[in-house]
Amino acid sequence: MDNQFLLSLIVGISVGGAAGYLGSLMLSRRMALVAGPLGHLTLPGIALGLMYGFDVSLGAFPFVIFGIVLIWLFEMRTKLPMEALTAVVFASGVAITFLFLPIEQAEATLVGDISKVRFGEAIISVVLALLLFLVVKKIYSKIVLINISEELALSEGINIKKYNLIYLGSIALIVALGVKMVGGLLTAALVAIPASAARNLSGNLAQYAFGAMVIGIISSFLGIFFFKLTGFPAGPLIILASTLIFLISLISITFRK
Amino acid sequence: MEKKFILKVRNLNVRLDHQSIIENLSFEVKRGDTLTILGPNGAGKSVLLKTLLGLISYRGEIEWAKAIKIGYVPQRLPFIKDIPLSIKDFFDLKRSPEKETEAVLTSVRFREDFLRKKIGDLSSGQFQRVLIAWGLVRNPQILLFDEPTTGVDVSAEETIYNLLAKLKGERDLTILLVTHDLSIVYKFSTDVICLNRQPICYGPPQEVLTPESLQRLYGGEVGYYQHKH
Repeated sequence: MDNQFLLSLIVGISVGGAAGYLGSLMLSRRMALVAGPLGHLTLPGIALGLMYGFDVSLGAFPFVIFGIVLIWLFEMRTKLPMEALTAVVFASGVAITFLFLPIEQAEATLVGDISKVRFGEAIISVVLALLLFLVVKKIYSKIVLINISEELALSEGINIKKYNLIYLGSIALIVALGVKMVGGLLTAALVAIPASAARNLSGNLAQYAFGAMVIGIISSFLGIFFFKLTGFPAGPLIILASTLIFLISLISITFRK
Repeated sequence: MEKKFILKVRNLNVRLDHQSIIENLSFEVKRGDTLTILGPNGAGKSVLLKTLLGLISYRGEIEWAKAIKIGYVPQRLPFIKDIPLSIKDFFDLKRSPEKETEAVLTSVRFREDFLRKKIGDLSSGQFQRVLIAWGLVRNPQILLFDEPTTGVDVSAEETIYNLLAKLKGERDLTILLVTHDLSIVYKFSTDVICLNRQPICYGPPQEVLTPESLQRLYGGEVGYYQHKH
């Protein structure tokens, strides 16, 4: 097994696991939808990273933060549904990118490229993914309660603004890490699909959260493994692997009923 | 001996979206009281509870007893179907020890094996009882109830109020109850506030619920009857 492959695998597994775990929080309150537009908005950042040779996550991060601030401001000012707002952000990201993105960079921008990840980048990604996991674990039950009812959360003395900020920050980080793996187009799937599959398979919160993480890890492993075998880009393969697990989970539901 | 104060409210004013919702409301709650907030729909009852909880900004004074533990049972929660949440998970969100959760569930007449059931699979009456139990864990001194029987069928409604009376006896609870149901007031409360944006009456129900005050509260839509016990 060569080192580059191993490096890709380690990054893929840690980011995929963290994305699945965080995704299990995002399924409620329809936040999973938000990751899509944010992913698209990172496209200019990824393109810049590729054109000037720096880490695409680094390029993506300011754009995600910008997108989150934008969505947050829109929501506060206009009270439009979150979906409508994200659509605005979504389209702008793609439009800006295609103004200046060289066509030979398009594939890596849109569907990611984890095959050439460097050692330093890999270490940073893994550390950030682990950190993200710990932060999400810490805020998990509070965010679940906030998602169920902000009033109940407040009556429990939970500082909603603080936890929402940490939560949005976590989403920003996972999008920035995710785009390296699956590109700007597929980031939403990285968080949404493992959680959806886990939801079909689990009977309580612990199974669900843990299940989403495990499905994220397995999908990343399978995707990168099949990339090695077939040479197709890893990003789409990771997403397809999780889709396959989702389909299996659907079958399991049908049989249970 | 004078009973201890749990809550004092003075000259409370709440505005939402440039509209005055509550005007010049003052009242007090003592330990062991059951205070009912009575009024028609849109009178500001739920807003009052939320303001007391600190969810809505206001002018005036709200003074809670020091280190008070408040339990809150909201009017209605959307059904939790997005995520697989068992009843045990729901109580874990409040860090309720399993033994206490079991005890509280028993006191709202659930069997212990209910813990593993998914919240999304409950009937609305069962869900409401779960919410009441949730408000009760970790021993609150005061419970705030917002129309606890909304969307619950009549037999379940009676169960819930009888349950409240029973729990109050067992646990030395103070209760603040929002309702638009007059019969509840006579059955359960020591005091009543009639609220239709402005306070219309305040005091023991047998004294202050006169035909005139009810006429002012409901604008003549409600037939008047007084329970004799």
